[in-house]
Amino acid sequence: MPVDIRLIDAAFAPGSAIDAFAAAHPQAGGIASFTGQVRVEEDVLALELSHYAPLTLPGMTALGDDVLARWPLAGLLIWHRTGLLHPAEPIVLVVAAARHRRDAFQAADYAMDHLKSDAWFWKREQRSDGWHWIEPREQDHADLARWRVGDGAA
Amino acid sequence: MITLVFLGRLAEQAGGPTRQLPAPLDWAGLLGALDTGLAAQVASDRVRLALNGGLLADKTQLRAEAGDEVALLPPVSGG
Repeated sequence: MPVDIRLIDAAFAPGSAIDAFAAAHPQAGGIASFTGQVRVEEDVLALELSHYAPLTLPGMTALGDDVLARWPLAGLLIWHRTGLLHPAEPIVLVVAAARHRRDAFQAADYAMDHLKSDAWFWKREQRSDGWHWIEPREQDHADLARWRVGDGAA
Repeated sequence: MITLVFLGRLAEQAGGPTRQLPAPLDWAGLLGALDTGLAAQVASDRVRLALNGGLLADKTQLRAEAGDEVALLPPVSGG
């Protein structure tokens, strides 16, 4: 099971990562990807993502194992940025390859919901008046809770 | 010595990402070593502790020895 899970500390190109992943999984009939990027907003100059090495990558690896246990995938890629990011830069890339599309869609969706609310990252954004920490969003917890309803039936 | 690692906004409030404290260290010792405001935050339900990379189920049972690393983890912002 080819799994590619990384913390990345410099800008990356999701397009070429998806192309390489697709080329590496010719047996998969469907490839679903999600890219998260720094929203371009007035007065947001930069975003800083900090992490705690002993927890963050092991947590992402455990999430990958969880995803693979739930859906029959040919491959899974989860890349997440750390460090200083500028507006429009990619933050996260999740790509799932499966024989059938629904498994790929659901696996990517599940991985993203868990990254958004469970992963060990702290964010702050730089505005003209200084740095502001970003608090967890209620919506992210609600998105995560969707998967607990009828858990195991996914 | 024991190394404290402050994550997220706690690093800002602690005045830096790490701090050294003499060993051994328990929960009361940790709270006593922090400023009142920071100690109150660390004591809140929302902050978790990890000892040498392992999350503590009950942070009040902290027992850190020389060379250990104690991470103070506020709620994550999400990826």
